[in-house]
Amino acid sequence: MSDQPLLEVKDLKVSFHTYAGQVQAVRGLSFSLSAGETLAVVGESGCGKSVSAKALMGLLSCPPCEIKPASQILYQGKNVLQFQEAEWSAFRGKECSMIFQDALAALNPTLAVGRQIEENLIVHHLASRSAARKKAVEMLALVGIPQPERRARQYPHQFSGGMRQRVMIAIALACDPKILIADEPTTALDVTIQAQIIDLIKALQGKLNTAVLLITHDLGVVADIAHRILVVYAGRIVEQGSRDEIFYSHRHPYTWSLLRSVPRLDLTQKEELVSIEGTPPDLIDPPAGCPFAGRCRWCMEICREEEPPEVQFSPGHSCRCWLHHPDAPDWQTPFQRGDGVLC
Amino acid sequence: MGKYILKRLLILIPVLLLVSVFSFLIVHFAPGDPLNMYMRPDMTQEELDTLRVSLGLDGTIVDQYIGWLGNVLHGNLGNSVITSQSVSGRMMEVLPNTVLLMGTSMLLSFLVAIPLGLAAGLNKNRLPDQIISFFSYIGISIPSFWFGLLLIILFSLILKLLPSSGIHSIGETGLVDLIRHLIMPSIVLSVGNVAVFTRYIRSNTISQLEEEYVLTAKAKGVGKRGILYGHVLKNCLLPIITLAGMRFASLVTGSFIVESVFGWPGMGMLGMSAINNRDYPMIMGFTMLSCLLLIIGNLLADLLYCVCDPRIKAQ
Repeated sequence: MSDQPLLEVKDLKVSFHTYAGQVQAVRGLSFSLSAGETLAVVGESGCGKSVSAKALMGLLSCPPCEIKPASQILYQGKNVLQFQEAEWSAFRGKECSMIFQDALAALNPTLAVGRQIEENLIVHHLASRSAARKKAVEMLALVGIPQPERRARQYPHQFSGGMRQRVMIAIALACDPKILIADEPTTALDVTIQAQIIDLIKALQGKLNTAVLLITHDLGVVADIAHRILVVYAGRIVEQGSRDEIFYSHRHPYTWSLLRSVPRLDLTQKEELVSIEGTPPDLIDPPAGCPFAGRCRWCMEICREEEPPEVQFSPGHSCRCWLHHPDAPDWQTPFQRGDGVLC
Repeated sequence: MGKYILKRLLILIPVLLLVSVFSFLIVHFAPGDPLNMYMRPDMTQEELDTLRVSLGLDGTIVDQYIGWLGNVLHGNLGNSVITSQSVSGRMMEVLPNTVLLMGTSMLLSFLVAIPLGLAAGLNKNRLPDQIISFFSYIGISIPSFWFGLLLIILFSLILKLLPSSGIHSIGETGLVDLIRHLIMPSIVLSVGNVAVFTRYIRSNTISQLEEEYVLTAKAKGVGKRGILYGHVLKNCLLPIITLAGMRFASLVTGSFIVESVFGWPGMGMLGMSAINNRDYPMIMGFTMLSCLLLIIGNLLADLLYCVCDPRIKAQ
C-alpha cells in the first residue's frame, strides 16, 4: 500500500432536512482508503453508513439532503464534492463503483443482464458495442456464472438471488474501477450464499487490486475479508482499527456489545441471543455527550455531558470513550481476549 | 403463446353473444320506431303492417333477435331499414375516413404526450411540470365540441385558413386538401388524449425514477438522458400500452361528437344517424364491431406487455 491514500474522507457531515427538523445523519466522519485495501464500515441501521457511501458516489439527492460545506472527499487529491455533472459521470462506474443490497430492485427488470453490463463500458467509451458484448460475457464468467453466453441474454428475474448479486458485481467491476463500494451486499441473501459472495469479492479484489469499502451491520461478514474496520454509531466513528484489533482487543463498549450480539453456534440452547438494549439517539437533536451513553452499562456522569476525545492505542487503532481517560475510575473490563469472536 | 391467444379469442364468443342480447334489448325498448321515417298521413293500417313485415320488424322481440342472429352467423349483418343498403357495405365505405382521422390523432397524441409526460415527471413539482400540468388539466376539462367550435370560429371564420367541415372541398381530391381538412378535427381529438396520456406518463415516470435500478444506472455513470430513454422509458410504457389498447376500438368506431362537429363522414357520423333514425340493424352492426375491436385491442395490449416486460409471460 502506498503512502498516498486513494480516497480520503475528511469531516464528512450530511444532514437531511425534514419537517421535524434537520436530521444529522453523518456527523463528522473521517477515514482513508488505500489501493487494494478492504475497509469495513460497521454499524446498526440508521447510523449513517449508507448515507456516507452514497455521498462518496454523489448519489444523494440534495435537497432534502445537505452535505456541509466543510466536508471533503478527496479522490486522488481531488475533492469530489466539487465535481460538476460531467465529472461525476466520468467518476461513477469507472473510478468508483457501487453494489447495492437488493440486487433484484437494483437491476433493470426490462433489460437483459448482458446489456446492463455492456452499458457501463459504453457510457465510459471503453469499448465498441461488439467488444462490450464480449466483455460482458467475460465478466459474467469472471463472477462465476455458468453458461455466461446464454445467461447474458436473460433477464434479472430469471436469476437466483446469489446469481443476481454476482451480476451486480460484474456490472460494478466491468470498467475496472479503483474503488468498489459494497452497501450491505449480502444482507438479502441466505447464509451459504453470503459466504460465496464475500469469497468472490475477496478473490476479485486480489485479482484486480480494487479497494473495497464494505458497508454492513453484520460483523460475521467482515471477519473474513476486512483489513480495517470502522465502527460507526449515530453518525460518528466510535472505534477504528485493524480487523484483529477490533475483534480481539476492542476498547469501546459499543463494539463489545456488537460482537456479543452476533449469534453463535456454540451457545447452549438455554442461552438467549444477546441484543443491545434501547435505541440509538434521535439525530434531529443529537446528545451533547457520548451518543452511546444512554445504552452503555458503564455510563458515567461525564459521558452525558461532554463528548469523549479520541484515544489512540496503536497506530490505526483508536476509540472515543471516557473509560480510557486517565482519570476514569477503575472498571471491570468486559473486553476479554476472544470474547464475542465467532470464528 | 398460441394457446393463450386461442383461449382469449374463444372468450370472444360468449362476450359477443351477451353484448348482442343486451344491445338488442336496449335498442328495441328505446322509444321511437324506424317506421316513423316512412309514415305518410294517408297510410292505412294494412300498408303499415306490410311495410313492417317487409322490413322484418314484425314478430316478437325474441323472433326478431333469433332472425338477426341467424343472419349474422351467416356473415350477413342485414340491411339498413332506412336506406336498405347493406350494413357491412356501408360501414366499409366510411371506415377508411375514420381510420385516417383517428389514426392521425392517436399518433399525434402519443408523439406529444410522451415527451411532455417525461419532462413533467423528470421535473416533478418544478416550473416545467407545473406548466405542463396546468395545460393538461385544461385539456382534460375542455369539452371537445366546444373546443371544436372555437377552432372553427378562429381558423375558418376569422382567419379563413382552414375549411370548417367535410373531408374534401367540392371538386377537390388532392392530398393537400385532405390534410387541410384533417388538421382541426385531429387536433381537437388529440387535446383530451394528450392531457390524459401526459398525466399517466408523468406519474409513471415519477414512480419509476424512484426505483433502485435508476440509482444503479446513475452509479454506472449513465447521464440523465441515458437514464430517461435507456432505462425509465421502457418501464413507463406499460400503462401507455393499456391506454392504446383501450383506444384501439375508437380507431375504427370514430368519435360521435368530433365527427359531427366537423361533418367528417366516418363511423361516428354513421352511428349517430343510425341511432337518431332507430336504424336497428345499423346500430347492432356498429355495436358488435366496437365490442369486437375493444376485446381485440385489449388482447393486443396484453401481447405487447409480454414484449415490453419480460417478467410477464402469456399464460
